[in-house]
Amino acid sequence: MTQDSNTNIPQLDRADARVRHDTGLAGAVRGFIDQVRSGDLGMLPVLVGLLLISVVFSSLNPVFLAPNNLVNLLFDAAAVGLIALGVVCVLLLGEIDLSIGSMSGLASAMTGVLWVNAGVPLPVTIIAVALTGAFVGVVFGFLRNQFEMPSFVATLAGLLTLLGLQLYILGPTGSINMPFTSPLVRFGQILIMPAWLSYIVAILPGALIVFGTLRTNQQRLAAGLSSSGMSVAIAKAVILSAALGFAVFYLEQGRGVPWMFGAFVFLVVILDYALVRTQWGRSMFAVGGNAEAARRSGINVNRIRMSAFVVCSTFAALGGVFAAARLASASQQAGTGDVNLNAIAAAVIGGTSLFGGRGSAWSALLGVLVIMAISNGLTLLNLSSSLRYMITGAVLAIAVIVDSLARRSRASNGRA
Amino acid sequence: MTQENKTLKAGEPILRLEGIGKQFGAVTALDDIALEVRAGEVVALVGDNGAGKSTLVKVLAGVFQPTSGTIEYLGEKVSLETPGKALEMGIATVFQDLALCENLDVVSNLFLGHEVSPWRLDEVQMEVRAWTLLQELAARIPSVREPIASLSGGQRQTVAIARSLLLDPKIIMLDEPTAALGVAQTAEVLNLIERVRDRGHGVILISHNMEDVRAVADRIVVLRLGKNNGTYTADTSHQELVSAITGASENSVSRRAAKKLEEVGDIQ
Repeated sequence: MTQDSNTNIPQLDRADARVRHDTGLAGAVRGFIDQVRSGDLGMLPVLVGLLLISVVFSSLNPVFLAPNNLVNLLFDAAAVGLIALGVVCVLLLGEIDLSIGSMSGLASAMTGVLWVNAGVPLPVTIIAVALTGAFVGVVFGFLRNQFEMPSFVATLAGLLTLLGLQLYILGPTGSINMPFTSPLVRFGQILIMPAWLSYIVAILPGALIVFGTLRTNQQRLAAGLSSSGMSVAIAKAVILSAALGFAVFYLEQGRGVPWMFGAFVFLVVILDYALVRTQWGRSMFAVGGNAEAARRSGINVNRIRMSAFVVCSTFAALGGVFAAARLASASQQAGTGDVNLNAIAAAVIGGTSLFGGRGSAWSALLGVLVIMAISNGLTLLNLSSSLRYMITGAVLAIAVIVDSLARRSRASNGRA
Repeated sequence: MTQENKTLKAGEPILRLEGIGKQFGAVTALDDIALEVRAGEVVALVGDNGAGKSTLVKVLAGVFQPTSGTIEYLGEKVSLETPGKALEMGIATVFQDLALCENLDVVSNLFLGHEVSPWRLDEVQMEVRAWTLLQELAARIPSVREPIASLSGGQRQTVAIARSLLLDPKIIMLDEPTAALGVAQTAEVLNLIERVRDRGHGVILISHNMEDVRAVADRIVVLRLGKNNGTYTADTSHQELVSAITGASENSVSRRAAKKLEEVGDIQ
């Protein structure tokens, strides 16, 4: 009898008969197809892009897919990726920061001046650089909040100011070399995670998916809600672990996984947690979706905006330190050229919308892989930077077009 | 919060406005408005388009700052600088434009700004409370994990009302709550208003629908061109209300009614 009464009472969230509830593996696949059709592309463009890039470049030059080239690619990706991570925060609010390149350039110049020239200990230097980044973010936030200055203009002014500051503190020599044996340069060029650690890190996400789903299901069942089937979670975990395991295995055929890239991924995970599981993250999405609604819900919109600019500039500053470590120098060229657009393009290609309210920390990681793969492949083909700029520009345009089209499709399908 | 520990007796004033004015540049949207809301009563705010109803609601919700006048809440003079402060004090509002974030799901919208455990969002607990609240309102929401963008107008309205109840406010203000609702939902909202009133809360209801207003309101406050234009009860005749709203007994509505009467008379 108890069985009967259990089946007769629908779970709290299963009371409406009009909704199709996809269960099991087939259901997950069907749900995914629906999602893509309605314009919610998720990771699809990135995967397609990476596949296309690999096929094209490896057919033009087989070195592209060589393990050690990919290791180099990861070394290169960390700095721009870190900058892109900050960009995700401002894009989520529908704002933009065009000064990130200059900020990273200033940060690498500060690293050279403070650490190499003035002999300030490295940790103190990094903290000072991060605080400078945070301060610049506060200024942008203040300009946006108090004077309602569009972030486009405010950060464009910041671009010039910070670039001037970078040139000023570098002085007439214009370039500071860093000692090759120092921990910072070794971190940026040599240090590799031990193989066992890389494999553990590769398996971790899959394990977390399975255990996380198990725990959530228990909580949901206890609360009288429906729970998702384990089969989907296990399938996801197996595919993810296999893919990551293979990637690590392949990289281990060369030098292995760089610590610098590991540090970047660690920061991605932290920002992802902050965006998805904290009140701050929820408020970020709310302000990006409808700032007035967020304000009326009691969210301090100005403070959220300020925090986004602070996070963005701080990450850009840390990215500048990474770039200095990678190049073993601080120069007038650091942070100029395509750094700005590469970082913004990475965030957008990874799936963070330029229109605000949609995105994730992971888009920085995925997008930077695409951008760096293109840049790396073009360098291998010995193409001049003129062509590289044009091609990267075209890729950014395509990414924004995909974003706009997907947005239009979502609107007509009743998704935000 | 000492205010929350006070239990309110029915008839005790919660909110008293005196001489509230609001200027938008050269336009006087509100001029010397007085309004009192007591515990356990429904005050309807009626008036024509541009009478200042929505402006008054926004002043009380902390969205606009009044240019003059005083607001007394639970016997103390207060200023409502931000929407957050108004909410915290126990003044909840359902705005006419609903003020929902379309990119977030129903649960996120209900708990926006008041999430359970801010450092590690408790999604399960929030979802359970969301379902319970929505079922109390007899809402027909297919899934609380869909973004608001996929919901119909009526469903969005219900979500907005549910959200205002979440924090157990002392006063709830509803700006045109039934405009987008079906017959059953309208009845539910009216039931809900009575339920909220019976719990000893004050309700401010704004509506153009005189039928709804007369069905639930204890007092009907008429605004006209930003000024008070009399207070009536539910027993007041339709015609009297209309003339208070439009400002004269001789107007397009009464002329129309008179014409109809004549026609009926002719036929007979």
